Amino acid sequence: MATVAAVIASTHHPFYYRASTSTGADRPPFADEWVAKIEAFRETLTRAAPDVLVMVGSDHFHQLWLDNMPQFLVGKAPFYDANYYNEEREFGLPRMFLQGDEDFSAYVLRQGIDAGFDLAFSNELRIDHSITCPLITLRPEADLPIVPIYTNIFAPPMPQPARFVELGRTIRRLVESWPSDKRVAIIGTGHLSLELGGPRQFGPHGPDPEFDRKAVEWIASGDLGSALAEVSLDSLWLPGNATHGFMDFMLMMGAAGDNVKADYVDSLDLFHTMEAYFTWYPKEVAA
Amino acid sequence: MSKYLLDKFLFSVDRDPELVERYRADPAGTVTWWEAERANVILNCPDAERSTWLEFTDTEREALATHDYVKLFELGAHNFLVLTLFIALFERDYAEPLAFQREFAAKLSHWSLPYPDIST
Repeated sequence: MATVAAVIASTHHPFYYRASTSTGADRPPFADEWVAKIEAFRETLTRAAPDVLVMVGSDHFHQLWLDNMPQFLVGKAPFYDANYYNEEREFGLPRMFLQGDEDFSAYVLRQGIDAGFDLAFSNELRIDHSITCPLITLRPEADLPIVPIYTNIFAPPMPQPARFVELGRTIRRLVESWPSDKRVAIIGTGHLSLELGGPRQFGPHGPDPEFDRKAVEWIASGDLGSALAEVSLDSLWLPGNATHGFMDFMLMMGAAGDNVKADYVDSLDLFHTMEAYFTWYPKEVAA
Repeated sequence: MSKYLLDKFLFSVDRDPELVERYRADPAGTVTWWEAERANVILNCPDAERSTWLEFTDTEREALATHDYVKLFELGAHNFLVLTLFIALFERDYAEPLAFQREFAAKLSHWSLPYPDIST
């Protein structure tokens, strides 16, 4: 059976690429510290020596639209083009071309549906920055095949937080039951408190530092009990109007396991939103 | 209320470089053209298989035609779509990084929770 090489949860800050590649007067003062933290985080994936990456993210109204909106969608294609004109325009992100793993996508779809998730699928999916940002930070060579999984954290009505957690647990089980000798890293990105298009946007730090502090603690300690007790679809509007992306962190907590402490935890308080990075290793590697 | 159609306009313009420039230069004309020619096109269907019932309210049309992002927020247009498109339209007019985004926030500063519902 396949091996879970690592479970990695991260924010996906679209400004990282530009900040890290800028020079001279264009280079922001926080860039060097940010790059150092990302390079240390990258090492946690490199060390896991993965063969395949499951990439959990969310389409930001690029290919998926309100006339036909899936809650959970799995890409099943041999290749994925990536990044869009408006991401190039706003963030300076490069166009990318990624390889898929159709066999594993087919397995995730068949077994996931049979496990109780009526997953949507796409045979021609263009990936956006929710998946390319973690590739740029964690695997800039972008040389490994991916299985993209999109969640709806964007367009109400959304699935309940508990459903995200359960999908994370299911993805973990599907990796562990996949008849393959490959090493699979499960990588997912979300948000801590975040405001977009509202009065609290682009402040000196995230809109709700107290939520961020609690959220980092929940994730680092695998405390799904507290997270599920305190977080609801209604409550997530309070820390910031784009904070439903935290449900992708909860999905990753499900993949990591209840009360399983992260082996690697780091964060960076930036303008606009807090960055946070977590890696869990299967026990035999961490020991 | 046709929040869906507001969002469809923002989405359609934001993904098309020519439309972004056209909407910046001639907002009222672009909204009139779009509502007449594009509002009822189903994005994944041939043009002939279009809808027959989508139109803006007067308030919505006016908000789009005047680039009034405060009004769009109040009407429940999707916050991400409004922000992304309006950055594309106006960030270039500001010398300091993030100055437009901060002015956008300041113009909404009279709002506290709960914000207008963005559900469609």
